[in-house]
Amino acid sequence: MLELIAAFVERYYMLLLEGIRDTLIMTVVSFLFAYVLGLPLGVLLVISKPHGIRPNRVCSTVVGWIVNIGRAIPFIILMISIMPLTKAIMGTKLGVRGAVFPLIVSAAPFVARMVETSLSEIDGGVIEAAQAMGATTWQIIRKVYLPEAFPSLVLGSSVSFVTIFAYTTMAGAVGAGGLGDIAIRYGYNRYEADVLWVTVVLLILLVEAAQTIFNYLSRRMDKRIRK
Amino acid sequence: MIEVKDLSKNFAVKDGNFTAIHNIDLTIQDGDVFGIIGMSGAGKSTLIRCLNLLERPSSGSICVDGKDITHYQGRQLLQLRRSMGMIFQKFNLLMQRTNLENVALPMEICGVPKDKRLVRAQELLELVGLGDQGEKYPIQLSGGQQQRVSIARALANDPKVLLCDEPTSALDSLTTNSILKLLRDINRQLGVTIVIITHEIGVVEKICNRVAVMDASVIVEQGTVAEVMAHPTQEITKKLLGRVRWDA
Repeated sequence: MLELIAAFVERYYMLLLEGIRDTLIMTVVSFLFAYVLGLPLGVLLVISKPHGIRPNRVCSTVVGWIVNIGRAIPFIILMISIMPLTKAIMGTKLGVRGAVFPLIVSAAPFVARMVETSLSEIDGGVIEAAQAMGATTWQIIRKVYLPEAFPSLVLGSSVSFVTIFAYTTMAGAVGAGGLGDIAIRYGYNRYEADVLWVTVVLLILLVEAAQTIFNYLSRRMDKRIRK
Repeated sequence: MIEVKDLSKNFAVKDGNFTAIHNIDLTIQDGDVFGIIGMSGAGKSTLIRCLNLLERPSSGSICVDGKDITHYQGRQLLQLRRSMGMIFQKFNLLMQRTNLENVALPMEICGVPKDKRLVRAQELLELVGLGDQGEKYPIQLSGGQQQRVSIARALANDPKVLLCDEPTSALDSLTTNSILKLLRDINRQLGVTIVIITHEIGVVEKICNRVAVMDASVIVEQGTVAEVMAHPTQEITKKLLGRVRWDA
């Protein structure tokens, strides 16, 4: 048994390490850029609502539609359909580079909704207090909405992170690299069930670790929790 | 001085219009502790929220120190709000900021440098009797203490007027008394004009010099507290004063 495991590790550990590395790079880079896009969109959604601090029907409708369209297209379909664009922008549609662009496009609308939910949890009275102080829209966003919602934003970002993580494995089906790619090439195409199962276990461990870190950070920074 | 003339506010609702306040006239002199009393839904909150334009009046006018502010927009509106303080029934403190940072927030909004505003915030916390609670967070304080922090916050930019929207409605009667005493001291020592919304006659009795009674969107009676308490002319005033049997 031990010999079997040793042989397995010997044979596959480089491959699996590279897979983990590629998966993490794709997830983290896409995650960061998805927030660069999704955070402002989420803020726009909240402030432009009819009872928001800057009601604007056109903005609210247009952003709402963009986000809904983005959310409605399944990732794998989106990835295939924007391949020419991906190639034009990233120089390739394959590997880690080719996967990051569609991941961002697909995750940003999702992130926008997560951000919207977190910001909407803020008590309207607090926003009103800031308005009564003579705060500008920008000041309310920067000094009230974002800091007050921060623990919730962090918790929400764990959902976004795991979602993007799951997308990267799908991206593996169309040549993205990473653990998903390994699972499909070795496990599915070559019937190497041991590799498949090891990848699955690795995926579970990575998700579990990410969730634990996000939960810890959110709890740690939330001043509403008595310590 | 705040002069409110013929002020009305309608809200668009599902079928037609809802009139929250109707043809309100009142004058609040500098240094007054002006009480506006009425039952839930009488329109008191809408009225006080019109004074710093958190609600836009539908018609009528509001003059502050002789200037018509009714249609203030942009910068002018922000300046107006920065010249008034406001406190609320539910305190509305920022839960992720320390108490000291909460008090410093209005100064931050006006661009007061950090070292200056922290010194001033500490002074204000001492003024409301919480000098040693600055590093704590609002969740660690009792309701009465949170209201004290919010009063300190409202005083941060040296307002001439302090608007109080049901400031004691979430507090027990002993805490209510201590908050009222604090408001009275602020009025007397700092000369801040106070407008206070309440449904408790005790609040009016204890600290107000003038009172307006609201019922169903209109002011039915106003005058000095002594006058109105001694000779209430309206049924609703008698009820609020407890001079009518509650089940009658």
